[in-house]
Amino acid sequence: MNDFPPWKVWMLTALLVIGVLLSIPSLLTEEQRAYIPDFLPQPSINLGLDLSGGVHILLEAQTDEFQEQRIQTLSDRIEDAMEDDGPTIEIGSLSRSTGAVRFTVRDEAQLDDAMERVRALTQPVGFTGQRDFSVENEDSLQIVVTPTETGNTEAVNIAVNTATEVVRTRIDELGTREPTIIRQGDERIVVQVPGLDSPESLMALLGRTASLEFRLVNYEADPNMALACQAPIGSEAMPYADQLDGTGCVIVQRRVMVSGDQLVNAQQGFDQRTGQVTVNLTFNGVGGREFGRVTQENVGRPFAILLDGEVLSAPNINEPILGGNAQISGSFSVQSANELAIALRSGRLPIELAVIENRTVGPELGGDSIRWGGIAGLVATVAVMTFMFITYGRFGIYANIALGLNLFLILAIMALLDATLTLPGIAGFVLTVGAAVDANVLINERIREEQRRGRKVIDAVQTGYKEASRAIFDANITNFIGGVLMFSFGSGPVRGFAVVLVIGIITSVFTAVTITRMMVAVWIKSKRPKELNV
Amino acid sequence: MMRLLKLVPDSTNIQFLKWRNIAIILSIILTVASIALTATRGLNFGVDFAGGQMIQVTFTQDEAAPIAELREDIDALGVEGASIQRFGDPNQVSIRMRVTEGAGDDPALASAVSTRVTQMIESEHEGARIDAVDSVSGKVSGELFQAGALALGLAMVAISLYIWLRFEWQFGIGALFALFHDVALTFGFFALTQLEFNLNIVAALLTIIGYSLNDTIVVYDRIRENLRKYRKMEIVPLLDLSINETLARTVMTSLTMAIALAVLIIVGPDVLFGFTVAMLLGVFIGTYSSVYMASPILIWLNVGPDTFVPEETNPSGQKVHKEGYGR
Repeated sequence: MNDFPPWKVWMLTALLVIGVLLSIPSLLTEEQRAYIPDFLPQPSINLGLDLSGGVHILLEAQTDEFQEQRIQTLSDRIEDAMEDDGPTIEIGSLSRSTGAVRFTVRDEAQLDDAMERVRALTQPVGFTGQRDFSVENEDSLQIVVTPTETGNTEAVNIAVNTATEVVRTRIDELGTREPTIIRQGDERIVVQVPGLDSPESLMALLGRTASLEFRLVNYEADPNMALACQAPIGSEAMPYADQLDGTGCVIVQRRVMVSGDQLVNAQQGFDQRTGQVTVNLTFNGVGGREFGRVTQENVGRPFAILLDGEVLSAPNINEPILGGNAQISGSFSVQSANELAIALRSGRLPIELAVIENRTVGPELGGDSIRWGGIAGLVATVAVMTFMFITYGRFGIYANIALGLNLFLILAIMALLDATLTLPGIAGFVLTVGAAVDANVLINERIREEQRRGRKVIDAVQTGYKEASRAIFDANITNFIGGVLMFSFGSGPVRGFAVVLVIGIITSVFTAVTITRMMVAVWIKSKRPKELNV
Repeated sequence: MMRLLKLVPDSTNIQFLKWRNIAIILSIILTVASIALTATRGLNFGVDFAGGQMIQVTFTQDEAAPIAELREDIDALGVEGASIQRFGDPNQVSIRMRVTEGAGDDPALASAVSTRVTQMIESEHEGARIDAVDSVSGKVSGELFQAGALALGLAMVAISLYIWLRFEWQFGIGALFALFHDVALTFGFFALTQLEFNLNIVAALLTIIGYSLNDTIVVYDRIRENLRKYRKMEIVPLLDLSINETLARTVMTSLTMAIALAVLIIVGPDVLFGFTVAMLLGVFIGTYSSVYMASPILIWLNVGPDTFVPEETNPSGQKVHKEGYGR
């Protein structure tokens, strides 16, 4: 047992002391932590949402609609390009079916020019020289514009990146503390807001695209078409947001007068005369001038205020709206107007997001979980320790010291790795208590056995540790495999469990084998016992 | 000196494997019954795997939750197929709504349902506190299910491969069968009791796999040691000897695990109930399977004293076992 020279004992002791010290900040409350001088490192464990209370939301970008929209936009731009980019090119049978834009050029002499104008609308993607749409000439006069795979991926990628930023801005505007917003994979965004117990307003805010448009109403259209929600070419039939306002749709021009992209501010307010709740808008220079110009030209005619493809209202233009300020009203409550203002201020989502998973835990339930989980952990530890003591005496005490140190070390390592403690993680702690002593049980039983075979104290202890180590090692490796797989495939709570389990496996081999062996070695060296009561 | 507790007498000589045939028949019947039960009756999947919503409410001002009233209110909202159950204390309920057909693909609609129900509860019942809301769309629950199944399958295979690597192929097969038995029986238990099967239970299953293997490895390690030590001993008594020699440890460890888990069942949070019950069950099944599944399989796979002796080719071209290997 002389393989523990004093320097090794001191080194291991120092390591354990550091480990225990590093776990202390995690056990203190925030107020208590404030007393620790700032120059000391104070890593502390993060509490999962199931313990701290809060909202977890998984958002998924709706790519199908997004791609349809891209094709729609492209086809609009093609129409514009044929009219405006030089001498007008007559085109016909424009269609947007099966994910591509097709049209025919009437005059064959203009075919090359038409191809050139469409190509000018496409963008290069990446460094490979590929473009986002491929333009081809099929069947003599027909031009087919198809989105490319790389173009699609890149467009979604950019849109989801921007959407992540918009989501971040919106949540910051809510004034919550320490939200986590992470992009996950190609199409998803994870939002975690601790301490927020009403997910409804958050979900309403994130699920809203907030695409605001002002368009002129096509007042010449047949009212019957409006009732049937049909629109003539160049116009669109839009439904009312609030069905009580009337039945049917409003027929609006395709061309957008001013959009939410040109806003510099949006605030909730009240109408001076009616006292109605409103959202007050301030446009930037370009937007304000454009708004002024169009309203000046269309006095007496109606225009429509559209939010996410629905008509909020369609008032008449009584006088030109100059100065770049506007006010929109609908059936808002103060809260919903506030939410809309936040959404408009933080900008339009370039791609629609849907909530595909939502998990909310109230702060009371989280607090309960910590309390009862903690009590369970304490009771289990005391029970197991008592049991170990009455079974193995002195060696049981060594195992118990190791077990206690093990729990502190797990906390310290989790704090250093910035890992999150969840409710299943607490269960992981309790389970580690039961499992960590297994190594000591194996060792101690083996020492008993070797003594029965007539070995002397030192020999029995040495053989016991040596023979038991093999099984301890193999058993922990298999548990480790299980834990790592759990971490890689698990989500949320399961990962929290796996983290504690895997760290606990590593630390328990250290404390239950190396540290107890050190304690036994020191004891044997100083007392030189003639017999051993294990 | 203090008299120490000995749960198992010093030298036991129980002939465990005398009953190996009865045990294996029992195990096969239980495994088949568990699989059949799981297939016919199905598992009570939680929102994690089935999708839908779960809302937990505490009625802080009531002695008992007004379940009947709540049911009428939810029906009045037009939410179909909601099930309301007491959960934990008498004034706590959990409301479970399944993904309705057709609406399953529309995530926005799904979350709107839970919003409507929570708003109704908050306005209709004074002192009602929403403790938790889980809303999982069909898409996400499908992914979680796949990941869970994959983790379970991979864990079983990876661990068996490791055993093969560290021991011999017979031991790997023995371990795999023991694991399969443990997992099947746990599934059977959940099909029988209809306790909620959720993500936590997958974590419990993976832990059961790990710890059931602990026992198997300890026994296997002793078998390997004894195979080298007693070259002339018959395999059945040798296995019995190995199991007896490790019996004290098996009993001790199972007990410490059981103590920790029992405490967690009694005082731990209600959310963890299914998880801990599964694990407690796993401790017992795992201990049983390492004695009666993992060990007898070695007999049927002809494990003997020569299993750990490498083969070499002698000058006449025959494969023989190396002389004087082992002790």
